[in-house]
Amino acid sequence: MASEGSGRPGLALVDRGDVENRAVEAGLDALDAAPDLPAGPGLGRRFVRSVLPPLVFLAALVGVWQLAYVADLKPSYVLPSPADVGAKFWETVQDGTAVEAIWTSLSRGAIGFAMSLVLGSLLGLAMWGSRWLRAAIGPIVSGLQSLPSVAWVPAAIIWFSLSNAAIYTVVLLGAVPSIANGLLGGLKQVPPLFDRVGRVLGLSTLGRIRYVLLPAALPGYLGGLRQGWAFAWRSLMAAELITYSPSLGQGLGQLLNIGRELSQMSLVITSITLILAVGVAIELLLFAPLERRVLTRRGLTAAR
Amino acid sequence: MSTNVATVEAPVRTPAVRPAPAPGPAAVRVAGVSQVFERGRPPVLQGMDLTVAPGEFVCLVGASGCGKSTLLNLIAGLNAPTTGEISVSAERPALMFQEPALLPWLTASGNVELALRARGVGRAERRAEAERLLRVVNLEGHSGKRVHELSGGMRQRVALARALAQDSKVLLMDEPFAALDAITRDVLHQELTRVWTEQGLSVVFVTHNVREAARLGQRVVLLGSRPGRVVREWQVDIPHPRTIESPGVGTLATEITRELHQEISRHGQ
Repeated sequence: MASEGSGRPGLALVDRGDVENRAVEAGLDALDAAPDLPAGPGLGRRFVRSVLPPLVFLAALVGVWQLAYVADLKPSYVLPSPADVGAKFWETVQDGTAVEAIWTSLSRGAIGFAMSLVLGSLLGLAMWGSRWLRAAIGPIVSGLQSLPSVAWVPAAIIWFSLSNAAIYTVVLLGAVPSIANGLLGGLKQVPPLFDRVGRVLGLSTLGRIRYVLLPAALPGYLGGLRQGWAFAWRSLMAAELITYSPSLGQGLGQLLNIGRELSQMSLVITSITLILAVGVAIELLLFAPLERRVLTRRGLTAAR
Repeated sequence: MSTNVATVEAPVRTPAVRPAPAPGPAAVRVAGVSQVFERGRPPVLQGMDLTVAPGEFVCLVGASGCGKSTLLNLIAGLNAPTTGEISVSAERPALMFQEPALLPWLTASGNVELALRARGVGRAERRAEAERLLRVVNLEGHSGKRVHELSGGMRQRVALARALAQDSKVLLMDEPFAALDAITRDVLHQELTRVWTEQGLSVVFVTHNVREAARLGQRVVLLGSRPGRVVREWQVDIPHPRTIESPGVGTLATEITRELHQEISRHGQ
């Protein structure tokens, strides 16, 4: 009977205790949880903060350039005026040369990067899976990352003559090591606890790779892709600059080479500007938003 | 007998006294288990015996080096014992860690759904079931939040919901509340007690915190260190509802602590 005596009031108390407990719990949740982020700064403030400074800097640069031109420091075929270059730039845009060169280079870059993506990812996975392979080729892959890929151009031309194959070879040698190392680094940084979670939940080996390991490695992998693209783009320009042939069409690198051969400084500066603009555009429109999205979802970036 | 009468008359959710061991196989049976990680080094566990009845809540306390986590890993099937036998009634016991160990790229609901997916639950059911389990741990309305948007206590409750999603009657907990502040911990003690009785779980709860063990357990097992083995155990007949301040809890904790200190002092001699 003793337990009934203690059990009955106990019942009511347990229930009331649970109700109270839930109320306290809900209060704690409300207090502890990260408050909703305030809406980001307005369009105007964002413009002032991030768009205005580079524009001001560019304007200053052009100003200094104009001063140097007016001061006649160098003859004008060495240092053309900003207006000359502007006119040349406008001319290449208007006659379609710029669009054609950008299209040729960008499609080559995209194809080369896509191939590097597949090969680099497979290589990264293989190196992660095989300790032996990692020991054997790890140092070489890392070393290749610091080898300027323009060094491969002569070899590629000898192997494949002046062809697209030669250009893609140089691009691949530039981008694959970065992508493979990025994926490998991302996989190595996955906390062992995550794999234990996968095993406790009863996921199969494939399930753990698919649902735990690869998503966990994504930030490192994205970093590798970003660097891989930068290297692919640089390698492509180096290759285009040197492999010049009518059958290859006219990419940005080839446009740059024409400027050199004609000693047309305004065309050279125009080409460099276009190469830079494409690189910055891909970075700003593709990789930066992708990376920001992944990091923000995981709470890895500080609120702006 | 009187306990049974009470159960029939009104759904007493928290039994005041430990139920008689249910017939049938034990929820967890550890028999003569020793664990040696490296040859030539002293064993981490030696001659460990532990039986957990179905529906029982057992707390393991001990100082560093008592092999608490090793024992849980063995019961969870993550490692195999060097010698001895382990049997668990559930096919795969659920395990909660000190860290919530939630996957940060998934929402609260996504983490729970992953456990359901591992069990082969269909896509359509997963969403609804995860929602239900999050309600069980009082997280209704938070299912779409990402891990970094949740407080420490909320994360551990998501981890508890994920463990429940494994639909295992055996729940292993490795100091799950050690990293939480005192208020949150008290609240989660009550939450866990409720979930345990509602779901009819067998729980093995490892902790450094003697008071916590006395507050939660139906039985407290004191483990000795180097090698880990059972030193003594206490039946806890303090009626529910308990709180960390309940007089019985304090008295028992004092007694366990005294014993624990003796065990620890042995190592300094």
